[in-house]
Formats: sequence, structure tokens, C-alpha cells
Amino acid sequence: MSARPENAVALVTGASKGIGSAIAKALAADGWAVAVNYRSDEAGANAVVEAIEAEGGTAKSIHADVTNGDAKALLKQVEEALGGPVLALVNNAGVARDNIALQLTDEDWDVVIGTNLSPAFRLTRDSLRSMIKARYGRVINIASVVGPRANAGQSNYAAAKAGLIGMTKTIAAEVARRGVTVNAVAPGFIATDMTAELATDEIVKAIPARRQGTPEEVAAAVRFLASDDAGYVTGTTLYVDGGMSA
Amino acid sequence: MANAITEEAVQKTVYEALPQFGVDESDITREATFEDLDVDSLDLAELSQIIEDEYGVALKGDDVGKIKTVGDAIDLVVQKGS
Repeated sequence: MSARPENAVALVTGASKGIGSAIAKALAADGWAVAVNYRSDEAGANAVVEAIEAEGGTAKSIHADVTNGDAKALLKQVEEALGGPVLALVNNAGVARDNIALQLTDEDWDVVIGTNLSPAFRLTRDSLRSMIKARYGRVINIASVVGPRANAGQSNYAAAKAGLIGMTKTIAAEVARRGVTVNAVAPGFIATDMTAELATDEIVKAIPARRQGTPEEVAAAVRFLASDDAGYVTGTTLYVDGGMSA
Repeated sequence: MANAITEEAVQKTVYEALPQFGVDESDITREATFEDLDVDSLDLAELSQIIEDEYGVALKGDDVGKIKTVGDAIDLVVQKGS
């Protein structure tokens, strides 16, 4: 079992709020220097950095739009800001543009695939370089229970999330012997801004645990997959969903 | 700054890199095929990275597909760098 190199940096995309911010804090608590990536919510990202620093951790907020295609530039920016290579990549940035397929526009489709799936591929490909060199790496893709299972009104989101899981398995198989693991975490119904309007009693009743999950519960799964203890776990999807997929 | 590309220098780099992928040093010759050396696509991708870092010559997927022997790899890097 190999140990995390000392100068290792974790990059969490879309980390200014919700699940991403909880992941950034959890990884920092585990000793990672964390790049808190954000696109528009600078105040949110700075608050995450301050919270991490208040606990004695290391973090920097990193402004970048992951949909612009320049993954190499973002990785370089992170490396310069935090003084080490990105050896843990958490592809968390995501958006939803819901509608039934009959009503879904090309733009709704392209935005969701272009935000939730394609940047995850580019960042993974371009960070593998440092990970393979270090013989240590952790890629964690934040997928969803939607994708492996249906959710009417989210064909674009389901395609992106199922795509993440497929990509996770294949890249995991490609790089496993270099000490690099690639896994997915599939949150169920988690209490965030994205789900605030959906939290009806009816939906909660359909969850075996009879409650929404918290961002911290998702972050704990990511923290484990990023740890040295998870070195033999690769290509898998860890569901954090209160039993929704059971 | 990238290093000067000479056949000798590139050969040294390649010969030194291959043992990292489990290749026995005594099996490495210019004529040896990567298949015989059990060097697969991931190993070749990593070798390409090492060469790019050292000489600034990027070998793309198409290039790597054409390489059969250790000598092919060395010649391609020298050719692309000149």
C-alpha cells in the first residue's frame, strides 16, 4: 500500500457550495492541500477556504470555468497556487436543466453534457500524467443515483451521470497498475440548493432511510476513496443514497 | 528548457526508462519489439511523457501506433525533433 506523497494537492471542481464544499472541507481535514474551484460564487469559495484555514488546513480558491476546455491550464494554476501536483481530482461540478425528452432543447442537452461529463474527462486525462509519474492518484467522479436508474425529466443529467460511471470503470482499468484509482460516488437525494425545491414529503417517503442525505455524508465517502486505505478500491461506484438503489 | 536531441541521448533516455515498466535491462536492444518486451500501450504513453518532458517532443496516439521496436521509437523522436 503506497502512501500519499507529501506535496499532494486535491482539486475539487464546483466547490463553492453544497456537496463540493463539504468534500473540500473533508479532504482538508484528512491532510490534503485543497484547491477549491468555483465558476461564479467567489464569496462562497472564499468562505470554504476560510473554514478550512480556521481548522488548520490548507486551501486556495481557484477561479476557472471547467466547461471552457482548458483543463491543462486549470491544473497548472492549481499546481502553482498550492505548490504540488494534483494527485486527487474530484469531478463534482454539475448543473441540471430538467425537462422531459420531448421538450428538452439541444442547448439543455449540450450544457448538461458539457458541464457534468466532458470536463471530467479532460481533467482526468490531463491529471493522470502527474498521478502516473507519482505512482499515486485518486480520481473521484461525483455521479448520481440518476443514470443507473431512471428519473423522468432528467434524460440529459442521467446520460451525463451514467457516462461518468462508464468512464470511471474504463479509466480505472487502464491505470490501476500505476497506483491510480478511479471511482465514482453516487449521491441520492441530498439536501442542497439544487434539490431544495424538490424536497417534498412524497419524495422523502420513497427513500428507505426516510430522510434526505447531507453533503457531509457524501463527503465522507469521497474522503475514504481519496485515502491511502482505499488503494485497492478502483472502478467502483459507492452509493450514498439512504437505500434508494437497494 | 528541453535537452538537445541526439540519437545517443534519446537512446539513453529510452534505455533508462524501460526498466521502470518491468523490462529486463539485458533484453533491451534497438531491434527488440515492445511486444516482446511486454511493453503495452500504457507503458508507451508513459514513455512518451518522459520523452516530452525531456526533449519537448510530443508523440501523439498515431505516432505511438506506428512504433514497433525500441529503435523505431528512438528514430521517431530524433526525426520529429530535428
